[in-house]
Amino acid sequence: MENEPKKKKREKLPRHKMPEQQPLERIKNFNEVPLGYSEETAMAEASRCIQCKKPTCVTGCPVDVDIPAFVKLISEGKFIEAAHKLKETNCLPAVCGRVCPQEDQCEKFCILAKKEESVAIGRLERFAADYERNSGQVSIPEIPARNGKKIAVIGAGPSGLTIAGDLIKLGYDVTVYEALHKAGGVLVYGIPEFRLPKSIVEAEVRYLEKLGVKIETNSVIGRLKTVDELFDEGFHAVYIAVGAGAPVFMNIPGENASGIYSANEYLTRSNLMKAYLFPEYDTPIVRGKNVAVIGGGNVAMDSVRTALRLGAENAYIIYRRTEVEMPARIEEVHHAQQEGVQFKLLTNPVEYISDKNGWVTGVKCIRMELGEPDASGRRRPVPVKDSEFVIDVDTVVVAVGTMANPIVPATTKGLETNKQGYIITKDEKGETTRKGVYAGGDIVTGSATVILAMGAGRKAAGAIHEYLLGNKETPS
Amino acid sequence: MNKIIEKTDLSENVVKMVIDAPAIAKKRKAGQFIILKMNEKGERIPLTIVDSDAAAGTVTIIFQIVGKTTAMLADAKAGDMIADVQGPLGNPTEIENFGTVVCVGGGVGVGVVYPIAVALKKAGNKVISIIGARTKDLLILEEETKKVSDRLIVTTDDGSYGFHGFVSQALQNVIDEGEKISRVFAIGPVPMMRVVCNVTRPCNIKTVVSLNSIMVDATGMCGACRVSVGGETKFTCVDGPEFDGHKVDFDLLTSRLRMYASEEKQAFDNYRCECHGK
Ligand SMILES: Cc1cc2nc3c(=O)[nH]c(=O)nc-3n(C[C@H](O)[C@H](O)[C@H](O)COP(=O)(O)OP(=O)(O)OC[C@H]3O[C@@H](n4cnc5c(N)ncnc54)[C@H](O)[C@@H]3O)c2cc1C
Ligand code: SF4
Ligand code: FES
Repeated sequence: MENEPKKKKREKLPRHKMPEQQPLERIKNFNEVPLGYSEETAMAEASRCIQCKKPTCVTGCPVDVDIPAFVKLISEGKFIEAAHKLKETNCLPAVCGRVCPQEDQCEKFCILAKKEESVAIGRLERFAADYERNSGQVSIPEIPARNGKKIAVIGAGPSGLTIAGDLIKLGYDVTVYEALHKAGGVLVYGIPEFRLPKSIVEAEVRYLEKLGVKIETNSVIGRLKTVDELFDEGFHAVYIAVGAGAPVFMNIPGENASGIYSANEYLTRSNLMKAYLFPEYDTPIVRGKNVAVIGGGNVAMDSVRTALRLGAENAYIIYRRTEVEMPARIEEVHHAQQEGVQFKLLTNPVEYISDKNGWVTGVKCIRMELGEPDASGRRRPVPVKDSEFVIDVDTVVVAVGTMANPIVPATTKGLETNKQGYIITKDEKGETTRKGVYAGGDIVTGSATVILAMGAGRKAAGAIHEYLLGNKETPS
Repeated sequence: MNKIIEKTDLSENVVKMVIDAPAIAKKRKAGQFIILKMNEKGERIPLTIVDSDAAAGTVTIIFQIVGKTTAMLADAKAGDMIADVQGPLGNPTEIENFGTVVCVGGGVGVGVVYPIAVALKKAGNKVISIIGARTKDLLILEEETKKVSDRLIVTTDDGSYGFHGFVSQALQNVIDEGEKISRVFAIGPVPMMRVVCNVTRPCNIKTVVSLNSIMVDATGMCGACRVSVGGETKFTCVDGPEFDGHKVDFDLLTSRLRMYASEEKQAFDNYRCECHGK
């Protein structure tokens, strides 16, 4: 085995495709689009890995997954062991295998990417995690005796769930307070079923509960209890992971008309409240025929693909730059194109037009062209004079970003935030300006990724362990 | 899961309910609300907390049967469970000794303005309450309101009881009598709040209204509840629910409240059919 990388002539093998639901079929349902590898394909793909001595892929992974090791286990057919290997550093591999932007992380740094195509690390991660979950052989690690220290985690998104798992395994008593009625954060209210089945998130949450994590839903911290009151109740440390969930609107005329949603509302209705199953589920959602989604990120792609599945005849992406500058993952843009989404690029909304009942009927747009590069290095879009035109719509989803949710920072004394309202931490371990209070995930970084939010949770777990017990050992 | 402790019919379609919710009861202040979801498939709806008892660990709500969720809630019995109760939400009412205040409540809004009257009375105000309903049988909380008010005026649209007319007309009369009013609190159907604001605007009497926008999360995350106040977009759930009535765009509120009218009717009709079938 040791010598494998030295094998003389390694045949160039293309990366294995993952079967998918066909575009015309899948826009009629909310089932997952990619269907996952079979055991044979997974083993074949895993054996493409040349088992580098100094694996560059790992440098691209924010949580240092031992990629060659888990890939090797898959190539040997040891799928459960592969899943365990993943879980040593990543407690949500079934989620990350689906939603990590691997093309910018591990796979970008895979040595094979230079000559051929990188190993499909994400797909393999997903395969191993799914195999374990479906096998029913999810093992519950031995939990040490309680050490008498109580930790409160605020927010049950990926960051909060990660730290909860880490700290419970270190012997802490952990309670997670979640504002909504369901744990999972963006994983349950934002990312649609067709990209991340909710049953996967539910299984992960149940697993944490089995480990002894207490999850208190319907608990808006800042309203029901403040951080100070949590300390008064006997918690020894608090981790804030409330995300960056507040929607941003463009503040252009007519934006409050009926039929105009923030992406958060549109996706929350559809995903968390299952409005796509109305009237079986009670929450309604507008099933627009002509739907415009404003923005070019992942959230915009999720929204526009949701609109198609809700029956839109014309689903548009309106984005002020070009495809090259779109922040969305390439894979998601491709999926949207295959499904028939119409891209109106170099186009920016300036006003909404409504009928006499206050319902949106059109979005007035202006054409843009790219000018000089701006602070982000991308060429700044500038409006073309007198180029306004109207696109007829009956539903609009505004997906131009989110900002910090102010409830917790506003009600916590001594907790400093920056100008945008994000919590200031002293270093990447999440220590805030308030003693015993740590923070991580989107509420510190602004909207980022699932894996970075998880990584922040893991680092803060180590920091809290050190703070409370003077212990420098890192959690595993 | 929260248990229903007590249920009382206040009128034909208005119900009072006491719910077990100790943590909320401990924290709640006048003007705040809860979000309630009946079961796994249920919708999240906001309801004002009318009263709370920290010692007993309960909160009281009063609601009118207007759709599927409220109908289901009305069909529930003492001892039944509600899947999710989240709160207390929204900003508490600003309570001070303003001097003389008028609390105006219409329909089920009487239930919402009542706790505010209680708090204002406690703070030392002279409280004049004007409560109204379409007809005598629909009037709620008359006795309770009387107890906390220095003066109570009851109105009915059809004249079946009290002053024959709208609460806004009764308020106009109080103003015309020369009463020096520092602040008005008006809560009820949108048309009522709009008319009350039209009465107080020319006299420059600050008027606080509580808005019943459609909500989803009620934590400032979705913007479903957005309203326009003084030309600025505000979220009812975190910036409100109370706003300066003279600045609220009631037309926008009215049209946004109608956004799901047909779906709401469909869900309500289905539910009533299912119930009749049983
Ligand atoms: C539609 C959408 C698609 C995305 N797609 C991807 C993707 O494909 N890949 C990727 O890597 N990233 C993606 N992201 C980004 C990613 O989801 C986030 O970066 C990540 O979820 C942040 O995790 P978090 O734990 O910090 O916060 P969140 O997931 O936002 O969780 C915060 C939790 O805190 C709760 N909360 C808020 N306030 C309070 C309070 N006062 N008290 C108690 N609880 C509170 C919230 O209800 C929520 O459950 C996407 C985001 C969105 C919105
Ligand atoms: S967690 Fe993300 S970055 Fe790390 S190996 Fe898995 S897919 Fe790659
Ligand atoms: S209900 Fe979602 S922001 Fe107010």
